[in-house]
Amino acid sequence: MTPDDLIAIIRASAGEPEGGALDGENMDVAFDDLGYDSIQLLEIAAHIERKIDIALSDNIVAETRTIRELLLVIDAAVAGRPAR
Amino acid sequence: VTKSVVVTGLGIVAPNGLGVDRYWTATQSGRNSIRRVSRFDPSSYPVQLAGEITDFVPAAHLPSRLLPQTDRMTQLALVATDWAFADSGVEPGLVPTFDMGVVTASASGGFEFGQHQLENLWSRGPQEVSAYQSFAWFYAVNTGQISIRNGMRGPGGVLVTEQAGGLDALAQARRLVRRGTPLVVTGGVDSPLCPWAWVAQLTSRRMSPCDDPTAAYLPFDVNASGFVPGEGGAILIVERAEDARRRGAPQVYGEIAGYGATFDPGPGVRAEPGLRRAVEIALADAEITAMDVDAVFADGAGVGELDRIEAEAIATVFGPHRIPVTVPKTMTGRLYSGGAALDLATALLALRHGVVPPTINVTDQQPNYHIDLVIGRAREIPLHCVVVLARGHGGFNAAVVLRAAPHGPGNGRSVRT
Repeated sequence: MTPDDLIAIIRASAGEPEGGALDGENMDVAFDDLGYDSIQLLEIAAHIERKIDIALSDNIVAETRTIRELLLVIDAAVAGRPAR
Repeated sequence: VTKSVVVTGLGIVAPNGLGVDRYWTATQSGRNSIRRVSRFDPSSYPVQLAGEITDFVPAAHLPSRLLPQTDRMTQLALVATDWAFADSGVEPGLVPTFDMGVVTASASGGFEFGQHQLENLWSRGPQEVSAYQSFAWFYAVNTGQISIRNGMRGPGGVLVTEQAGGLDALAQARRLVRRGTPLVVTGGVDSPLCPWAWVAQLTSRRMSPCDDPTAAYLPFDVNASGFVPGEGGAILIVERAEDARRRGAPQVYGEIAGYGATFDPGPGVRAEPGLRRAVEIALADAEITAMDVDAVFADGAGVGELDRIEAEAIATVFGPHRIPVTVPKTMTGRLYSGGAALDLATALLALRHGVVPPTINVTDQQPNYHIDLVIGRAREIPLHCVVVLARGHGGFNAAVVLRAAPHGPGNGRSVRT
């Protein structure tokens, strides 16, 4: 999954972050600081699972803090490896 | 020490007007907003009319982050809250977070959001159900979202007493302010206009089957045939009169002077319905008599038996034909948890402007109802004190006494000590 694909999913399932728009600049900003809470992350994860037909761990909310970390978890799941 | 609690801000989202000014202009002139339902195809249902808000664009008012996780009723409530704060001159970000509370009324929750999730579940499977369904349908969701958006960590709550809820929530807001929370956001906003909500409402058997928008909802009329539902409501900012004066509030709409609530006797119990007693409790709470009241904003069920009970209660307490009685919700339909909240806002605007808005469409008032119904046209009279009545399906009765700020609109001075 490309960063742009993931950003499009986040935008559709949880909207733009607090006080700005999603772009490459937000990749390492904590979800919390972007204004996304745990339920929004669950919704984002569900959209990802449906979009590319993978299974993500229920711990994803606790395990990933940024968009970049989420991308790594997705890549690992796609490759069939346990996430990190 | 004053115990006077006042309303200093209003936010209105109604089928006949978004915002205080547009709503009041429409309401004074008796503009009907009841029409055939457009949000879904109502042709297969026995009831096809509603008061719909047709000019609300959520994305124009709310951040995109909130849109996927909110039912329409919550979107309307959040915007009404923004407007109420702006009207009151309070910037919530500048108030200590524990000094602000929220109490809203709710009737059935976020039906439309829930319906979409049921559709997803049924047609596409459980993995397609939104995580937001966990709260977006919930009775307390408007209270929660208002408190989160505005950083309010004082007391929060929700009152679920069907169409009486707006009055019960206002009374709870007054209690919280008296106990020490400086500012409380209250009111109610509902939006039950989707097929699932529709079939749930049909079970009450109190909706009008009439398909003429000018003849379907006729409270106190010989041709009363039930009510028409609608969406919207109002949000009110409540604080101590003293605090409003100290901070130089732009206006004090009026004082919450009295409140009473009762339950009807249970099914099969032969006893008087509770509405009259609710009014008398509210008058006693306000330390006034019926002679001090200048107008009544009636519940206006539009159901013969319920209209009779209300007309009798009003005539008994206030005297036959003695003061004007009106049902402005004949223009919007009954808004469930938003109905009594909007009536409160309307009554406060009436106090402010000295105008009793009309009851529209009613032409043949039932002759044995001895009330002076304000039919067709608004009536300009000095208003110092008005009573708002509301009833909720299941036996809820509530009455609120509102008193004008003594020095008129725009005053920042003491209301009552």
